[in-house]
Amino acid sequence: MSPNAPKKKYTRKDFSSDQEVRWCPGCGDYAILAAVQRILPDLGGTPENTVFISGIGCSSRFPYYMNTYGFHTIHGRAPAIATGLKLANPELDVWVITGDGDGLSIGGNHLLHVLRRNVDLQILLFNNQIYGLTKGQYSPTSQVGKVTPSSPLGSVDQPVVPARFALGACATFVARSYDTSKRLPETLTDARKHDGAAFIEILQNCPVFNDGVFDLITDRKTGPAYQLWLENGQPMRFGANGEKGLRMNPETLTLEVVTVGEDGITEADIVIHDETNLSLAWMLTDLPGVVALGVLYRQPGPVYNESVTKQRELAKERFGEPDIKALLRTGHTWTVV
Amino acid sequence: METSAAARVHPSPRKILDSVVIRFAGDSGDGMQLTGSQFTTATAMAGNDLATFPDFPAEIRAPAGTTYGVSGFQIHFAAHDIRTPGDAPDVLVAMNPAALMVNIDALEPGGLVVINTGAFNKNNLAKAGYEESPLDDGSLDPFRVLAIDITKMTLESVKGSGLGSKDAQRCKNMWTLGLMYWLFGRERESTVRWLEKKFAKNPKVAEANIAALNAGHIYGENAELPHGIGAYQVPAAKLEPGEYRNISGNEATAWGLVTGARLAGLEIVYGSYPITPASNLLHNLARLKQFGVTTFQAEDEIAAVSAAVGASFGGAIGITGTSGPGVALKSEAIGLAIATELPLVIVDVQRGGPSTGLPTKTEQSDLFQAVWGRNGDAPLAVLAAATPGDCFYMAVEALRIAVKYMTPVMLLTDGYLANGAEPWHLPDIDALEPFPVKFHEDPEGFMPFMRDKDSLARVWAIPGTPGLEHRIGGLEKQQDTGHISYDPANHHMMTKLREAKVQRIAKDFPKAAIDQGDPRGDMLVVGWGSTYGAISQAVRMLREQGRKVSHLHLRNIWPLPEGVGDLLRSFGSVLVPELNNGQLVKLLRAEYLVDAESLTKIAGQPFRIGELVEAVEERLNRSLQ
Repeated sequence: MSPNAPKKKYTRKDFSSDQEVRWCPGCGDYAILAAVQRILPDLGGTPENTVFISGIGCSSRFPYYMNTYGFHTIHGRAPAIATGLKLANPELDVWVITGDGDGLSIGGNHLLHVLRRNVDLQILLFNNQIYGLTKGQYSPTSQVGKVTPSSPLGSVDQPVVPARFALGACATFVARSYDTSKRLPETLTDARKHDGAAFIEILQNCPVFNDGVFDLITDRKTGPAYQLWLENGQPMRFGANGEKGLRMNPETLTLEVVTVGEDGITEADIVIHDETNLSLAWMLTDLPGVVALGVLYRQPGPVYNESVTKQRELAKERFGEPDIKALLRTGHTWTVV
Repeated sequence: METSAAARVHPSPRKILDSVVIRFAGDSGDGMQLTGSQFTTATAMAGNDLATFPDFPAEIRAPAGTTYGVSGFQIHFAAHDIRTPGDAPDVLVAMNPAALMVNIDALEPGGLVVINTGAFNKNNLAKAGYEESPLDDGSLDPFRVLAIDITKMTLESVKGSGLGSKDAQRCKNMWTLGLMYWLFGRERESTVRWLEKKFAKNPKVAEANIAALNAGHIYGENAELPHGIGAYQVPAAKLEPGEYRNISGNEATAWGLVTGARLAGLEIVYGSYPITPASNLLHNLARLKQFGVTTFQAEDEIAAVSAAVGASFGGAIGITGTSGPGVALKSEAIGLAIATELPLVIVDVQRGGPSTGLPTKTEQSDLFQAVWGRNGDAPLAVLAAATPGDCFYMAVEALRIAVKYMTPVMLLTDGYLANGAEPWHLPDIDALEPFPVKFHEDPEGFMPFMRDKDSLARVWAIPGTPGLEHRIGGLEKQQDTGHISYDPANHHMMTKLREAKVQRIAKDFPKAAIDQGDPRGDMLVVGWGSTYGAISQAVRMLREQGRKVSHLHLRNIWPLPEGVGDLLRSFGSVLVPELNNGQLVKLLRAEYLVDAESLTKIAGQPFRIGELVEAVEERLNRSLQ
């Protein structure tokens, strides 16, 4: 489209496909779909320049419900396919939809590498701590002791912490939210605005095979005591009345939950969130008795697809216009008469 | 050709030879591959036809002096048209006892063996498994022996270069090359230029190597050589007029892919994970970014092909290159490209299998994997290159088929083609027919799986095109709309449709034709891939003896070209030589119900002409009894 053409004002409806949504009633995926469809028009995206790429699993049905370009690929490989797409056309806005099994089990390797390369994508990992589409086996994020058809005496696998995995892979943007959160659109928007690979773990309820696993955190009544919403440059306070906060224990060098006004704790003792602090982000991935939500870490770095484009331009500058005939004549040639 | 210095010094004329096979052999650290490729360049410049066969161990630097660390490079050059690196060497260059131990059995009696006696110490002899030095025990009596302390000669020639003893010793391959240049009347010029360029940043090393090269040559000019050893000349071959270069299969494949992409008007995204013997395809393409090539060194084979599939979805041509184990890992993603009907080119540079197998040795054992190696009924096109130069044309053809039919195409080459070199008559690029891709852009009546009536290819509608937003995936889809469909009749129909589309590609191929010989006779020898040269020469020899033998060579493995069945039925018998345990033969028997017989060689080595001639004769004689 020419830059001078009047921009059409898109709405949520323009991004919704005509396909009937086929997730189970009550599935957290509905809320995530709605949040994504809501923010895209506001971000100035167009359906034709937006692509959703997924692997295999319940969450990976997502592209069918978006009226954009979409590719429902194979198990675990969405990050690699998205990387290739971005190399072919860096102008596209590419979203990867994956789950805890797809992204951290069968596709763990690709997730590691797409993050360290910092390909310009949004990666939404729907974490329901269970394999839904294969009917309820434990996943790499299931808690130890989880009883499932494949672990009748309880899972003995230690779970992976997705945000910690992402930081370990040198991700430049790591965020966390949950399916029904009112602030999910805001976190998604932050991810979209980040140049490079933006990783968001979305806690998502599976009402059929793992119902209520996040209830304590997401319930309207109990939630505030367990939700720490991070604001860059602001003290890390939470609790029903904001009475709690995180303090750095100088002896153990860990974050601990304290109550402001008790035991001589004041506002000054509460740690200020700094999105660019990797050590702090690491501690925020797995806190005792509270879950950090929002942007844990944001530190822009070189973007893979941009570096690749630059090298190609450099090659053209250095070697001139491509010429197949000259290519075939590099090195020694001779003429037979 | 200018008269060489050697010819001026020696009034006696060089002995004229029609063809020569030389095998350079030494430790993997001795620089035999470099020596061989330099000799190849000089030989090409001298106007001979030639073929080469590098044969090296998988170990990068195996322990020095051991038999399993021996690296070899064989070159066959002639005054006439040749197609193989030769059955047995006429000349063996053995840089140490292990190289002699491994290769001496291949040398014909009367053959010339050049030995570096400087490496024949007690330690090296023991490592090679010699109880007594072969220089003294009479075991070399059947051969003409040129025993020289090359190590000492080299050290003397580079004295004053300022190099340490270790670096100075490393010049001994150039000394040896200098001697071989003199023996066979090659010019040193191209090697001198190459050394100057290679060591531009280290002129001391360049000078020392050039000094060693010249010293070896001078040694040949002046030394009293043993009786029966003199200077030779292999006159230039009568090649078709035109411009030539040396080319290896992997170079030709890389250039063919780039050329094909230009003819299609597409950019390339080449995803690859390093694997022997396909890695230098990645290296070659990584240097060609200015041609619109993006190379992606992926985290694994699966990511490499997945990125290629993603790129094709985005409107580039996705290509992935690998060897057999890599294809195994890529199978599921190739199936995705088949299901979503996206163009994709997979280059399989075959090597010995199964599993890790013989990474540096050649084999043709991926034919089944290429044609059938995926879950479900998953057809794709399979092509096989016949010679190093043919890799160029087959790579162009792979691209053409992929974009015309919206299908994955697998191009089979092998380690022998990839690393072997031959003089290549440069193609007339302007004569290659362009096949520009037209992406679908019209939203009117658009459906993602609507098809071209003739090719059955679906439309290629790429992200970024307004009004064509659609979703594709690996689930079975309804005809035309592409919507997910579990309808039993639809799945049956779509499976048949995917098969029909791939079979339709054969309409583009010329009808199968005999490569050499009559269209009927006693025996048809059917080959595919890199065995072309050996079979072709063998059939030529048999026909010269009056045998009614013909040669059919298949470059299109799947779909097969029309007319193959008729040809197979026009001969008394059919023999299918393959470097595997019998794969094409089973495919031909299954497709045409003919009693084709298999001739297998599964040794990690190419066929020798002699063993093919023998096998054919034995069968023909048997049938006469």
